[in-house]
Amino acid sequence: MLKITDLTKRYGNGELVLKGLNFEIEGPGLTAIIGSSGAGKSTLLRCINRLVEPTSGRIVVDGVDVTTLRGRRLRHSRRAIGMIFQGFNLIDRLSVMENVLSGRLGYVSFAQALTRRYPQDDVDRAFSLLERVGLQDYVNKRADTLSGGQRQRVGVVRALMQEPKILLADEPTASLDPKTSQQIMSLTRELSDELSLPVLVNIHNVHQAKEFSDRVVGLRYGTIIFDGTAAELDDDALDRIYEGTAGRGEQGEEPVDDMAIDTRGVAPS
Amino acid sequence: MSTPRPRRTWRKPPAIANPVLRYSVFVLVFAYLYWAIASLPFNWDRIVQGLPRAVRIFGSAFPPEFARSQLMISGFTESIQMAIIATLVGVAISIPVAIMAARTISPRPVYLLGRGIIILARSFHPVIVAIIFVKAVGFGALAGILTLVLYSLGFVGKLLAEAIEEVDYGQIEAIRASGAGFLKILVYAVFPQILPRQVGLSIYQLDSNLRASAVVGVVGAGGIGGTLMNAFRRFDYDFAFAILIVLIGIILVSEGISGRIRRGIA
Repeated sequence: MLKITDLTKRYGNGELVLKGLNFEIEGPGLTAIIGSSGAGKSTLLRCINRLVEPTSGRIVVDGVDVTTLRGRRLRHSRRAIGMIFQGFNLIDRLSVMENVLSGRLGYVSFAQALTRRYPQDDVDRAFSLLERVGLQDYVNKRADTLSGGQRQRVGVVRALMQEPKILLADEPTASLDPKTSQQIMSLTRELSDELSLPVLVNIHNVHQAKEFSDRVVGLRYGTIIFDGTAAELDDDALDRIYEGTAGRGEQGEEPVDDMAIDTRGVAPS
Repeated sequence: MSTPRPRRTWRKPPAIANPVLRYSVFVLVFAYLYWAIASLPFNWDRIVQGLPRAVRIFGSAFPPEFARSQLMISGFTESIQMAIIATLVGVAISIPVAIMAARTISPRPVYLLGRGIIILARSFHPVIVAIIFVKAVGFGALAGILTLVLYSLGFVGKLLAEAIEEVDYGQIEAIRASGAGFLKILVYAVFPQILPRQVGLSIYQLDSNLRASAVVGVVGAGGIGGTLMNAFRRFDYDFAFAILIVLIGIILVSEGISGRIRRGIA
């Protein structure tokens, strides 16, 4: 499903953020990626859908090597990769339905996108997914009027609209209160099971990582130093993952270089 | 137990820390002011002679004369038409230029071209641009409209480009992750974020064009400015004064309306 080989990433002339990662996801299930701020979790996720350009290595998604794709073929490969964000990244001034339908942008024509005339199947799918997450009464509400938990559910639905083969979630609960955060993680887990969808979640909260995931990958300064089941993640393993990084904060903000803002422009993608 | 608290004084640190530099700046500023005032050719005799003339001009402006309202109406109508057309065309052109000139979403060469267009459009005051267009396309409203289009392009383009550079990049990332191309990213992630700014700027620019359309008329680019200039040339100060009063009224009204609309969309 997803196979990463010798992946490295360096921003500008800085240090390597990812130092030759190898890892594979074969089938459905929830994989948690843990590690302190700056370990390279966000960068890893963004390399998979090429929001960040890998420096070297290969990433194969669903049999396609995405590392060399350009233009239309890159955009088509992105359709198969759904993504959920820490800050939700909804379009605040658009309605819930427009946000949800924007998950189909990779499939519809520009004219359809501009006039919001999406195919009937897409609209049906949008309504049923919104019902599934309990937001059927918010269809025409503006996204910025929703609460944090509701917004992230819109984010989940938007990603699922893509009919993805794999779902990436970058700290999906870090902006939410503990209770809402738990709800979003359960929802993600349930949807992963219902749709037999492989999910890759960056997460700060170790308890949630253990509770909701089948597999845990520990990242430390760009290297995988733990890869096992949630049960195998004991205190010793946690020490190795977070050792010497204490104080950089378990809830801390990711440093700027890890936010992976690519300022080279969206045009050439 | 308690030790007496030591007294400590505090003063706001001066803006320029180095005292030598600080006082040098004071001395230089005053020296320049003295030199500038002393060397400007104020001819007091002529100012004194001119005063009665000024009094006579203002005297003959009273009472303002509204009898030739037909001339005034056609002048103002032309000015308002010029302002509206120029705003529509100027804002329409400024959108693609602003996209080009936004560093965060345009490739470097396109960015430089976009910035170049904006800098060029902003280099000259509308009056100078109007003089050039009057020479190029002749007297009348067309020269005025072209001037105001350029004026709108420069102003709206610059501020819109800055608004685009300030959009939340996360929203762009999210739309991009769905497999959308450049145009879809613009429509879904960029335009919704800059829409309030865009509407506000357009209305402000209409307001501003209305004002500027009176000025460019003075150099022959159509509208009420031409009527005003003719009134001065024929010493019809009472008619000129009437025009000025109406102009102030129109600007007040347009300012009121545009302020209200801009508050409404914030």
